Amino acid sequence: MTTSVDYNDLASQLQGQFGQGFTPAEDYVEVPCAFIAKAAEYMKNTLGFDYLGMVTAADYADHFEVIYQLQSIKTNSSALLKVRCPKDKPFVPSLANLWLGASLQEREVYDLFGIEFTEHPHLKRIVLWDGFKGYPLRKDFKGKAYGASD
Amino acid sequence: MALATEQFILNIGPLHPSTHGVFRMRVTLDGEIIQDVEPVFGYLHRGLEKLCEKHTYKQNIPLTDRLDYVSAINNNWPYVAAVEKLAGIQVPQRAEFMRVIMGELQRIASHLLAVGSLMNDMGIFYTAFMYMFREREKIIDLLEMVTGQRLLYNYMRFGGVSMDFPTEFLPALADFLKIMPGYLDEYDTMLADNEILLSRTKGVGVLSAAAAIDASTSGPMLRGSGVKWDLRKDSPYSVYDRFEFDVPVGQNGDCYDRYRVRMEEMRQSLRIIHQAVEQLPAGSEKTSVPLRLRPAKGEVYTQIEAPRGILGCYLVSDGTEKPYRCHFRAPALINLTVLRNLLIGQKLADAIIIFGSIDISMGEVDR
Repeated sequence: MTTSVDYNDLASQLQGQFGQGFTPAEDYVEVPCAFIAKAAEYMKNTLGFDYLGMVTAADYADHFEVIYQLQSIKTNSSALLKVRCPKDKPFVPSLANLWLGASLQEREVYDLFGIEFTEHPHLKRIVLWDGFKGYPLRKDFKGKAYGASD
Repeated sequence: MALATEQFILNIGPLHPSTHGVFRMRVTLDGEIIQDVEPVFGYLHRGLEKLCEKHTYKQNIPLTDRLDYVSAINNNWPYVAAVEKLAGIQVPQRAEFMRVIMGELQRIASHLLAVGSLMNDMGIFYTAFMYMFREREKIIDLLEMVTGQRLLYNYMRFGGVSMDFPTEFLPALADFLKIMPGYLDEYDTMLADNEILLSRTKGVGVLSAAAAIDASTSGPMLRGSGVKWDLRKDSPYSVYDRFEFDVPVGQNGDCYDRYRVRMEEMRQSLRIIHQAVEQLPAGSEKTSVPLRLRPAKGEVYTQIEAPRGILGCYLVSDGTEKPYRCHFRAPALINLTVLRNLLIGQKLADAIIIFGSIDISMGEVDR
């Protein structure tokens, strides 16, 4: 059975490595935006989380959230990490150089939320076409189907 | 004097019999050796995740059928499980067993389609395909008996399933379980030393275990590369911890191993259905759930082992009757991440087979 990591423990380990700002919650650890690639690298190489399960995002009133699910196939445990980024500066370090599996998922988040993953090797729209205006999964998106005049 | 040569750019798809939907590969060729591949997605993008935010929780169940339309029942599962977890709904035991029976039948149907169309791709035109569709038809008849539908079943509900098995279903299922192993033997006899199959899949499209994990592949792709990782075994959801079954894995990670894993998984699914029918408890098939369901504020991530790999659902509730955010982790899209690495350096003729062995469903890739 997959066990969830102890998030208090994980946050204090990450804090020991990278300094303050890692906040544990009931079922995730919030990672400071600038440290996500380093924290993920540490978790991959030192804590044995070898498998990146999922990358997605959510749009809240005052910030974007990027959600990562990491999995260890060896020890059968899983961890959820979250990153907050401000709406006017949606830049998050990419994990695509760490796991190939992040590349298409980050492109999808970029396409639908407009969150830019810095140092992603091939960041471009994936399901929508180049030149499409707006990012549909943002809550303030106004497409033709959602009442925009044009 | 040497002849001047130049690279050739070829578009495969979006409408091509081997792309299993509307998918395009922009292939750069040097002679017939592939130099670069750019997959192009989005021809079937319907904005499903945005639609989920515009509908109530219950209205979203039929939308999830349309993710991977050849395994609709498995697609309902992570979504209803996520809502049940958020809203604290208990599922009756009988319903859990019914979900397993229907889900495993659907897995066999999906693998039959995957293997059958793989044979088409490699040049065993329609013989193997029609044999496999003969049995897929029997499964679809069984599913139709229960749900009334033949492709998109809209079967699961919060706290159970839409309807109980009709009286004629279990005898018909018993007949099917009796004959199906014989048909699987028949495929093996037909294909085990088939020259086309062996020469075109062995050693083609090799994906190492480390690369499979690195690219987050799942399902038969990951297990074909020798990584024993099946959520039904390693993180048992529903009642999967009560059944005995093996997780088949490949040795070399080539197209042949992916094909073998799918063939073996069908036998294991039959074993699971056998045990589930034996243990099927009496009782109700669903609990009553408020029509206008408002789960408490919170978020949840659930995953199941769908025929194509790990299918996840990330759901955020803000306490209203519509989801705030609903994301599906699509195994078919993520399995395609390795396509470029697998194809570069291969011959164009092998590209179709490697692509076919990944077994994608465009409804799920584009959403």
